[in-house]
Amino acid sequence: MTEPSSTPFTDEEVARIRADFPILTRTVRDGAPLVYLDSGATSHKPVQVLDAERNFYERLNSAPHRGAHALSEEATAAYEGARERIAGFIGAQAQDVVFTKNATEALNLVAYAFSNSPHPGIPGSERFALREGDEVLVTEMEHHANLVPWQELCRRTGATLRWIPVTDGGRLDLSTLDELLTESTKVVAVVHASNVLGTVNPLDEIVTRAHDVGALVVLDACQSVPHTAIDVAELGADFVAFSGHKMFGPSGIGVLWGRSELLEAMPPFLTGGSMIETVRMEGSTYAPPPQRFEAGVPMTAQAIGLAAAVDYIEELGIERIHAHELALVERLLAGLATRPWVTVVGPTDLESRGGTVAFVVDGVHAHDVGQILDNAGVAVRVGHHCAWPLHRRFKVAATTRASFAAYNTTAEVDALLEALDRVPQIFGVAS
Amino acid sequence: MDLYQELILEHSKRPQHAGLREPFEAEVHHVNPTCGDEVTLRIHIEDTAEGPVVEDISYDALGCSISMASTSILAEESIGRPLSEVLTTFEAMKSMLTSKGEDPGDEEVIGDGVALAGVGKYPARVKCALLGWMAFTDALHQSGRETTLSQKQSEEGTS
Repeated sequence: MTEPSSTPFTDEEVARIRADFPILTRTVRDGAPLVYLDSGATSHKPVQVLDAERNFYERLNSAPHRGAHALSEEATAAYEGARERIAGFIGAQAQDVVFTKNATEALNLVAYAFSNSPHPGIPGSERFALREGDEVLVTEMEHHANLVPWQELCRRTGATLRWIPVTDGGRLDLSTLDELLTESTKVVAVVHASNVLGTVNPLDEIVTRAHDVGALVVLDACQSVPHTAIDVAELGADFVAFSGHKMFGPSGIGVLWGRSELLEAMPPFLTGGSMIETVRMEGSTYAPPPQRFEAGVPMTAQAIGLAAAVDYIEELGIERIHAHELALVERLLAGLATRPWVTVVGPTDLESRGGTVAFVVDGVHAHDVGQILDNAGVAVRVGHHCAWPLHRRFKVAATTRASFAAYNTTAEVDALLEALDRVPQIFGVAS
Repeated sequence: MDLYQELILEHSKRPQHAGLREPFEAEVHHVNPTCGDEVTLRIHIEDTAEGPVVEDISYDALGCSISMASTSILAEESIGRPLSEVLTTFEAMKSMLTSKGEDPGDEEVIGDGVALAGVGKYPARVKCALLGWMAFTDALHQSGRETTLSQKQSEEGTS
């Protein structure tokens, strides 16, 4: 994610992209044009995705993997076709892609596959048994979704949670790895691109060292898959989780990719219909992956919508999306640098950086900053962005975060900066 | 913009009665989990011949201007007043803040609280404005006090 091998979209290209997103034409707060800089929370959806979902409901609607009627067969083919499409996008095999409700559920799926004893019906599941003395290693910059499930796992099993600290510059302090990553470490759960700082973490070193001690690596890729080319084989992680709604896809669908042999050995999380092989009153056996992890009627329309989102991204070109977003980040960082009353939380250069920028206005709470921006139609995220420990580490209660997508323009960055200049005026702090 | 009345900015910059003091009967810690705003609040209530009186509300708060101002207004409008009147003020504040901008607030009842009328139009900020007040009623509850007005008190309070 460091050196974009491509060029940002031209103004004409961005205009064409924006035309695919009907919501971008609306106004907010008494007629202000919407300047949407919150795609890190959720992106908007192009008509191509909306049409794909609508087409499913109008033409194919039925429950996949159930029944033998024509609609069910077609829905099954469309659902499994979507799985292949999405797998292809991340360099994976379809059978290693599990659909979940969102990335949070995908991460919980892995965390809840672990317990304090192997599953008697699943060969190889010793790998997912933890006990006292075992350790789970996370980082101080994790989203709550890749932190709290591991806290809970440790509580259930008696394992110990440890974490890699973050430097003042917003990078992982890997000098601590010698001490933190040991033979006791069974899981390393780490975010690829921070949803606050924008930092892209050096996976190679973490993965290599984790595998050296036999630990499994679980990657939260929510803020990287939508913005940069990802090949799961190259990443080297054992599990990769991301959500559909941050990458132009519908809400209600997320993805867990796992190594075939690990998914095979992994006990189920949610149980019930369609994840079973046989069911008797005395007990049940389970289907192979990915079905083992997809209990109940799945989110078929959403999977198809996400496949359409993948088509859309590939048509734009993921490299160009990345280059475009980095150009916007560069413009924003440059603008913020000329405002001494603003402090950026996270890397202030483009080295190993994703498309989010978090900052504080000295002496003004982020909620108040967000309110002034909102009044100008500029939508940003304010708060701790589900990364409370990270905010504590930087001794701030909350930050203001701008995050970008392919449809954002340089004019929108300027609109943010212009609206931001009202903050010190209104709150009477030095500007 | 109308949300940030001068009065709110003044209260948030110079919160009245800030700091934690003794004596107190209850201390509570409330947070707004969406933004991380926090308040630690103590109450000191004395029973008098005319009923309970709010002798002190002391607090240590960290938050946005709306939550800071609202807690400051809570202290300023409540200290030294009969508890029944303070609860009437609380009900009126809550009603104004949750009215989606319909209820402009009655200065006779809520005093400086009327400056927060604009918050009603921003549902995401209502929690900020209520943070200190919810902490106050929780502290009342924890010290064994009634947190709602009896029908009679309610009628007296609004008459």
